[in-house]
Amino acid sequence: MYSEKVMDHFTNPRNVGEIADPDGVGTVGNPVCGDLMTVYIKVKDKKLEDVKFKTFGCGAAIATSSMITELAKGRTIEEAQEITRGDVAESLGGLPPLKMHCSNLAADALHAAIKDYLKKKEAKE
Amino acid sequence: MDHAAGMPVDPRVFETMKPYFMENYGNPSSSHSLGANSKNALLEAREKVARLIGIKNHKDVIFTSGGTESNNLAIKGVAYRNKHKGNHIITTNIEHMSVLNICKHLQKQGFEITHAPVNKEGIVNVQRIKDAITDKTILISVMYANGEIGTIQPIKEIGRIASENKILFHVDAVAAAGKVSINVREENIDLLSMSSNDMYGPKGVGVLYIKKGTRIQPVVQGGGQERGLRSGTENTPGIIGMGKAAEIAKEEMEAEGKRLIQLRNKLVKGVLDKIERSYLNGHPTRRLPNNANLRFSYIEGESLILGLDMLGIQVSSGSACTSKTLEPSHVLLATGLAHEEAHGSLVFTMGKQNSEEDMNYVLEVLPGVVKRLRAMSPLTPKEMLR
Repeated sequence: MYSEKVMDHFTNPRNVGEIADPDGVGTVGNPVCGDLMTVYIKVKDKKLEDVKFKTFGCGAAIATSSMITELAKGRTIEEAQEITRGDVAESLGGLPPLKMHCSNLAADALHAAIKDYLKKKEAKE
Repeated sequence: MDHAAGMPVDPRVFETMKPYFMENYGNPSSSHSLGANSKNALLEAREKVARLIGIKNHKDVIFTSGGTESNNLAIKGVAYRNKHKGNHIITTNIEHMSVLNICKHLQKQGFEITHAPVNKEGIVNVQRIKDAITDKTILISVMYANGEIGTIQPIKEIGRIASENKILFHVDAVAAAGKVSINVREENIDLLSMSSNDMYGPKGVGVLYIKKGTRIQPVVQGGGQERGLRSGTENTPGIIGMGKAAEIAKEEMEAEGKRLIQLRNKLVKGVLDKIERSYLNGHPTRRLPNNANLRFSYIEGESLILGLDMLGIQVSSGSACTSKTLEPSHVLLATGLAHEEAHGSLVFTMGKQNSEEDMNYVLEVLPGVVKRLRAMSPLTPKEMLR
């Protein structure tokens, strides 16, 4: 059902965990639907120095979370904001049609984390 | 360990079927000897199925294409035949989709359906069935056992209520037949659905037992096979396979059941001991011998399935993420579990090929899979990860 890439990211997820002192945190989904993702970011010189995740959900939810951290790490804020759900699915070699809607939330979680970071930054300035 | 989803054909069943593809290919309706061969074999199969459910009269056994068709024939057959008497049907909210969707279909045609609730162990509230009966009630349909949580229903008690009120009683025994002893006469069952591939027989064959004198309207019209109740040339090899499967089940059910209960109990006890915040769904003892439905907090079922599959263990789940509807199991929700609890459930259904070694292997690797997923989950309390 899943591509090799998805299985690889499910089996060996990259950047699992929390960032102790994050600059931004974004959570999307809810456990009632079966998917809940939290993305943590650390920003340095307008770039995403570190990206980590925690996810409750199916194989696709875990794999997309892992993939988004790889896609986003080292990018500028602007670049990261442009990463779409489609980019995540494509980088994973595709997702089953049903999972495109329900479990492909990682890009949203990343964008929510960036929004959180920008809001906090604005408040400080 | 996903025998509820699919079972291999018993080699003895396959051997019995083999001659009926190329040598004894006669149509049971033909008058010549080739046809007579098939006709006799069908009769024998019918008798074997009859014995499995505690009756002698083989004429009460109607072969269909499987459990779903048997449920359709039973429920629609009773409903259409008796609509002049009433339009009310009582069932439960943990039935198989084939029963629930037939009822939904009938509802659109003006029938009224009452879904009796179950308790947290999955046992239907018999009083609620009793209270729901009106003078318009024509059918009560309750499953013998639930394939997902394994709970066995108080069929005899419901059968008595149905018979006292002169209401027909249909039992979907697809998950139970061949696994636990069924006696349609003692349990006051008027119609009983069974499926061949849930008892190591071939796919595409099922049975509807119809008690003598019970009138139903056929769903499939045609050449009048199966006493006019299920037209269409008989699936001779399949039916013979189901007959053999029923015969084997009758002989071996008791010993195999005991063996499976031991394996199941070992698995359940081991999991509950080894993994904190794990729970057994369903009833601790009133359940199918081969069924263990286990729930793990903070993680989701499909990722558990994938994790176990990579280690060579095949199981299924009550999670939405494994279903086409994106809804978690209606059975688990009916027992009062929250959505997120239903998502974290795994169903183990053991079979003939499973041994104690398999249970040991599951107990060896499952805690690690659960631990790994919990470490990833934002729902896991921090103190559990230390």
